[in-house]
Amino acid sequence: MKFAVIVFPGSNCDRDMYFAAKDQLGEEADLVWYKEANLANYDAILLPGGFSYGDYLRSGAIASTSNVVEQIRQAAEAGKPVLGVCNGFQILLEMGLLPGAMLPNEKLKFMCHYETLNVENADTIFTKHYEQQEKIEIPIAHGDGNYFCDEETLQQLRENNQIVFTYEENPNGSVGNIAGIVNEKGNVLGMMPHPERAVEALLGHDDGLRLFQSILTNWREQHAINA
Amino acid sequence: MPSMLEISPEMIEEQRVYADMGLTDEEYTSVRSILGRRPNYTEIGLFSVMWSEHCSYKNSKPLLKKFPTEGAHVLQGPGEGAGIIDIGDEQAVVFKIESHNHPSAVEPYQGAATGVGGILRDVFSMGARPIALLNSLRFGSLQQPRVKYLFEEVVRGIAGYGNCVGVPTVGGEVQFDDAYNGNPLVNAMCVGLIEHKDIQKGIAAGVGNTVMYVGAKTGRDGIHGATFASEELSEASEEKRPSVQVGDPFMEKLLIEACLDVIQHDALVGIQDMGAAGLTSSASEMASKAGTGMTMNLDLIPQREQNMSAYEMMLSESQERMLLVVEKGREDEIASVFRKYNLEAVAVGEVTDNKRFRLEHHGDVVADVPVDSLAEDAPVYHQPSRIPDYYQSFQRMENYLPSVTDYRETLLDLLKQPTIASKEWVYDQYDSMVQTNTVITPGSDAAVLRVRGTKKALAMTTDCNSRYIYVDPEVGGKIAVAEAARNIVCSGGRPLGITDGLNFGSPENPEIFWQMEKSVEGMSEACRELETPVIGGNVSLYNESFGGKAIYPTPVVGMVGLIDDVEHITTSHAKKAGDLLYVIGESKPEFGGSELQGVLEGGHFGQAPVLDLQTEAIRQKQLLTAIRSGLVESAHDIAEGGLSVALAEMLFHDELGCEVTLSGELVSELFAETQSRFLVTVNPAHQQAFEQAVTDARAIGTVTDDGIYRIRQKEVVLEEKTSVLKEAWKGAIACLVKSKV
Repeated sequence: MKFAVIVFPGSNCDRDMYFAAKDQLGEEADLVWYKEANLANYDAILLPGGFSYGDYLRSGAIASTSNVVEQIRQAAEAGKPVLGVCNGFQILLEMGLLPGAMLPNEKLKFMCHYETLNVENADTIFTKHYEQQEKIEIPIAHGDGNYFCDEETLQQLRENNQIVFTYEENPNGSVGNIAGIVNEKGNVLGMMPHPERAVEALLGHDDGLRLFQSILTNWREQHAINA
Repeated sequence: MPSMLEISPEMIEEQRVYADMGLTDEEYTSVRSILGRRPNYTEIGLFSVMWSEHCSYKNSKPLLKKFPTEGAHVLQGPGEGAGIIDIGDEQAVVFKIESHNHPSAVEPYQGAATGVGGILRDVFSMGARPIALLNSLRFGSLQQPRVKYLFEEVVRGIAGYGNCVGVPTVGGEVQFDDAYNGNPLVNAMCVGLIEHKDIQKGIAAGVGNTVMYVGAKTGRDGIHGATFASEELSEASEEKRPSVQVGDPFMEKLLIEACLDVIQHDALVGIQDMGAAGLTSSASEMASKAGTGMTMNLDLIPQREQNMSAYEMMLSESQERMLLVVEKGREDEIASVFRKYNLEAVAVGEVTDNKRFRLEHHGDVVADVPVDSLAEDAPVYHQPSRIPDYYQSFQRMENYLPSVTDYRETLLDLLKQPTIASKEWVYDQYDSMVQTNTVITPGSDAAVLRVRGTKKALAMTTDCNSRYIYVDPEVGGKIAVAEAARNIVCSGGRPLGITDGLNFGSPENPEIFWQMEKSVEGMSEACRELETPVIGGNVSLYNESFGGKAIYPTPVVGMVGLIDDVEHITTSHAKKAGDLLYVIGESKPEFGGSELQGVLEGGHFGQAPVLDLQTEAIRQKQLLTAIRSGLVESAHDIAEGGLSVALAEMLFHDELGCEVTLSGELVSELFAETQSRFLVTVNPAHQQAFEQAVTDARAIGTVTDDGIYRIRQKEVVLEEKTSVLKEAWKGAIACLVKSKV
């Protein structure tokens, strides 16, 4: 399986995402500079965390207007897995691939530590290696991670099982304790916590690795069916 | 200070305009004789910044020579952007600490942020990828509203910059004392990793080669920053707010990636960042180091503002700028590397053979001075030194013995002292994990990062107990180095070397110069004994606030150690019930400069704890050997607050308990800050082997799972739930910050 890690000016978790896919998952991965991207030959798109364009204007806003965005949209429409973490999630929101918006943390401070997440939907291509309602340890590192959407959208997210991860204890003020959501089709996941930081026991926890393994397992199953 | 009006050389001399720039009459006369004529306004500006203490070390140079700077594994000592130490496998670690005290005192957010930006550039300009940031901070009392503001904004500034550039802030130290009420200290350290073949130098070699300017445009911010940093803070300092630069971490991030690409290009000859004294220092130092000269056309400098004068451009400290020297004719190859990141690389000058520093602007020659006179021939002063009265009276005092009746209350008081209390409120705001190498995050004795692709890891820490240094600079200097080394050893690492951040008051005050002299001597001795050469650093003087009150002398030690195998990584928290608790080293009634003395007496006096460097070295070696042999579950150095505090800190992580029996005089056993001591936990299976390996270890009890911290001397003398102690320790700083004054 071949992963594309999209690198925008100011992305800073791009290499972490690359190492997670390449070294820990053991699959092919490329760092793809946003200007030179040709995403046709990749099986999954990873939008890493960081501060694309310095978070100027609004987190993710400027990156969501770059040329590569059209290709990301096409990949999503084609049903390829698209994972946006932290700033990547913010970009997916700004692109409109996922509903809602991101506000500054309730306490107006950047925060970085492990959080306990609840797996609310273990039946997605990103979470099939988790148990429903399993508690997993994944770190957060953000200043603008306070997810917001209106009542109606929240209702839809709930009805469609689009809420994938919630915080056990809400760190940032997110509506419905939301830590990660998928689109209706289920192939675009945006999440504030960093699974790519939790893929090795040496660094604390490896609960995040199963997210990448889920993507791989799903791809293999699809591949087997298609073959 | 007039800037736009062209002030004639005659006016500079007659009206002593140079004095406003920080030059003395003698220094002016010296400039005049070097040039053989009166300097013009731009030229006197060049000399004033390059001859400032900040750039020239004119007052501290004679002291810095005392530091041991050599060692078999030192690849680059002091003199370049940062020092470099070999870690095997053709890899090396690059590190340096730098102060940003004065800017942070008037504009804390930007002052701290640009301090981080500057130290990053020092490291990546060597060709290294920055892998970690640390800091050493000092503030006054959190009871004061202004101190609270400075504290909050400095932390926010460090976070704002470090988080954005994607370099984890993994450790450091924060201490609080009234001595810093008007003058906080903000020292930032950066650690980088490099392949030997990629090591760069800041040299302008090859006559005819092209000088290129890269990065942010030059504006009017930070003009005379280096001069500002070389004088005392005063009521007028607020007016110097424009001397504080404004940082753009996004630009820095682009620069990091572009510079790490460009060092792989064979057309690159030299690279240096524009730090203090901006274009002036980078250009003149690069030429001076290479034994060449340089000419630049200032019309070509990318400018952010209109009608900038030569003086303003040369003295601007606008951030995120680099100066490159590249092979003539290959400028576009270099420019294309930067173009990828939307950065401009512009040819602005040429390397010459005449050892002159020559600047043109609007068709006129606006400066023409010998390049060495700026960089290497700055004056050196041997300041007079005098033993302060306070020190003599401290030495004559009887040994100070505190009177403590309620051990439990005293322990709770100590745990709530901001210097001891949990710094989670601070480090939670820092991204400590980006780059996914951080094995030990902030809160243990040292931070540890693995070296990806190898079995190795790096341990790093900053340390300086300035209370001891105030009480006795020589002993305190030794302790600072020894304590940093203890932190490295406790993490399983072998100390490799240090970078020093020397923060003092005015060197022109003989008593302060004496503090500098003695602490440097003490540090040097410890560095020799513990085999940790000084590979670079920074000097920040004139740290005096309104009313001439100097800070405590604060020579910060930034230390890096090598852990041969990630298996050896050890943390300070106790692992499980049943493990044996050992103290290495006996306590003595030593309370001069202690945390307990501060709590009880509201100040520090008397004699600092004794430090025997031979004993220190032996204990460190024995403990490290035991750790590497797998005999130690956890290790923690005994520092502020003594054994009682170290023990509590060890239990907090999992809220374990302890059953400890102490013999001897209890106040000293519990609270003395006797040096060269460690607290470790050992699996009972390793009892015998551990006792053989560490000769000064004494068993004091066991770790328990009942969550009760209990100390006996026959009967129970101190008992409290670990959770209650932890609550006091964990919430103290957040509570002080939130409280209304």
